[in-house]
Amino acid sequence: MHMADALLAPAVAATMYAASGVAAGVSVYQLKKDDDAQKLPTMAVTAALVFAGQMINYTIPGTGSSGHMCGGMLLSALLGPQAGFLSMIVILTIQSLFFADGGLMALGANIWNMAFYGCFVGYYLLWRPIMRSRLFAGLGPRGGQRARIALASVLGCVLTLQLGAFSVVLETSLSGVTDLPFGAFLALMQPIHLAIGLVEGLVTAAVLLFVYASRPELLQDVDSAGEAAGKRSLKSTLVILAVLVLAVGGGLSLLASSDPDGLEWSLFGNAEAGYSENMGLDEESFGVHSAAADKAGAIQEASSFLPDYAFPGSESPAGTSVSGVVGSALVAGVALLICLAGGFFRKKKSH
Amino acid sequence: MLLICHIEVIMNKMQKALLELSDMDDLAARSSAIHSLNPTAKLLATIAYVAVVLSFGKYRLSGLIVMLLWPVLLFQLSGIPVHLCFYKLRLVLPLVLAVGLFNPFFDRAPLLVLGPLAVSGGVVSMLTLMLKGTLCLMASFLLMATTGIDSLCACLRKLHFPGLLVTLLLLTYRYVGVMTEELAVMTEAYQLRAPGQKGIQHSAWGSFLGQLLLRSMDRSQELYASMLLRGYHDHFHYAPERPFRPQDALFLLGSLAVFFLLRFVPVAELLGALFVR
Repeated sequence: MHMADALLAPAVAATMYAASGVAAGVSVYQLKKDDDAQKLPTMAVTAALVFAGQMINYTIPGTGSSGHMCGGMLLSALLGPQAGFLSMIVILTIQSLFFADGGLMALGANIWNMAFYGCFVGYYLLWRPIMRSRLFAGLGPRGGQRARIALASVLGCVLTLQLGAFSVVLETSLSGVTDLPFGAFLALMQPIHLAIGLVEGLVTAAVLLFVYASRPELLQDVDSAGEAAGKRSLKSTLVILAVLVLAVGGGLSLLASSDPDGLEWSLFGNAEAGYSENMGLDEESFGVHSAAADKAGAIQEASSFLPDYAFPGSESPAGTSVSGVVGSALVAGVALLICLAGGFFRKKKSH
Repeated sequence: MLLICHIEVIMNKMQKALLELSDMDDLAARSSAIHSLNPTAKLLATIAYVAVVLSFGKYRLSGLIVMLLWPVLLFQLSGIPVHLCFYKLRLVLPLVLAVGLFNPFFDRAPLLVLGPLAVSGGVVSMLTLMLKGTLCLMASFLLMATTGIDSLCACLRKLHFPGLLVTLLLLTYRYVGVMTEELAVMTEAYQLRAPGQKGIQHSAWGSFLGQLLLRSMDRSQELYASMLLRGYHDHFHYAPERPFRPQDALFLLGSLAVFFLLRFVPVAELLGALFVR
């Protein structure tokens, strides 16, 4: 999920920096207004814990695989959205600076994709409404609260990861670094992040349930007596139900429809954009029996372009490109020389 | 020998991360012409470099290759081995590759013909993307390997970043070491008691991390209270004092001029033209 610098155009990177910067500025302002000095060390230590916790793998029951936990929802449930957001910024900064996970320019986009959705959207749209609702009231005060925490964690992680993955696709496509069509890229990213989000949600739920069992006062919006605030219950229940329907419906429809759609679109569709010609595929005759023939046709098509471009001795763009290649090789040689010279002088100095 | 193998097996992800962090601290503690530059000058030059690298078009491979000269030269001047940063590429390259790998399939118009060999636009744009990733990584690695977290925080504070955020960054960086060490011990103990198990079992998901969380939250409050009692307040006087000297201005302006030149003058083509024609 961490985007690298190379995936972003400067304009997109700057826009994401601006958006994340505004969110960070508002968060700092609100935290300063609350003047909660006790929060700073707690924020730092939870951030460090999330950082370290991302390296632990948890066995997923029933499967042979394992996954790690999610930061944003856990932090905003423990610290509140603003403090959680700032903690996530710090985690992402350390990851990008010291571990090269994400990049300096992509930091703004990474903060938005991973911290903003997890902390603000996850908190205001899911965590707080669910905590204040009367969902699962039939399970008794403690049981209901536990069920609400589990539901909010899982839903929150799934939803925020879907939003994050969508943003990654959007930012990369806007930057124009990939020729992969938007739909196909989306079909690659969303389903895999649905699975990841589910695992992360379960781990987050387990940790928060443990905290609830031993120190319920640490959790945001959780009444330690187990009594839910009653006034807005119907309204927030409706909001939650709407979000739930959207999340499940969106997730399922993505799985059900966009996978073949995206692939279909990228392979056959969009003749005006030139995709079907480039792939050398024909929707009617595409199949197992004709795949080899099509491939051969595609190769032939590609190679038949050559004579048009390779006029000997002409002033074609290819001519300047050749000098570009030679020049690049020279530069690479110079770079190598610098390395050798550096090593030579250092050796001399140390003797 | 057997012992070494055994240690390697149980040395987990966290211990590797710890090693990586302390390696970066060691590199930053060395001394060289680049280390002694003002951190603000280095930070601004690095940001400018990354921005210029990203602004190259997707087929400008030859222009990008020339940009390699700046980090290579600085790596040599600072005495930091270039190969150290390539280990970190394992995190950057997978997503870049995943995105760029499809370019050769969609963009098949030949861009360059070298005798019998035709290079398509997709291949060039994929290579450009990977080179961009590598160059940006080299530049930010160089910044951190010659600056260190204390100087960086002091510099951010001077640039009027919110004190809250900077203190949080510094505290978190310090706690990451403590926390990762603690977790490394815990996972090692868990692994030794549950040999052959992949990951941590679901019955222990909550208590494993939760227990540590609660204990460290209490501890951190005490720690911060004692910091405040000793007069801590958003300032970083333990970072080495590096005032902005004329050579820092020279470095910054020189770097910017070089980036500008390399961005707008097709140096590689001009150089190649000397030999081709």
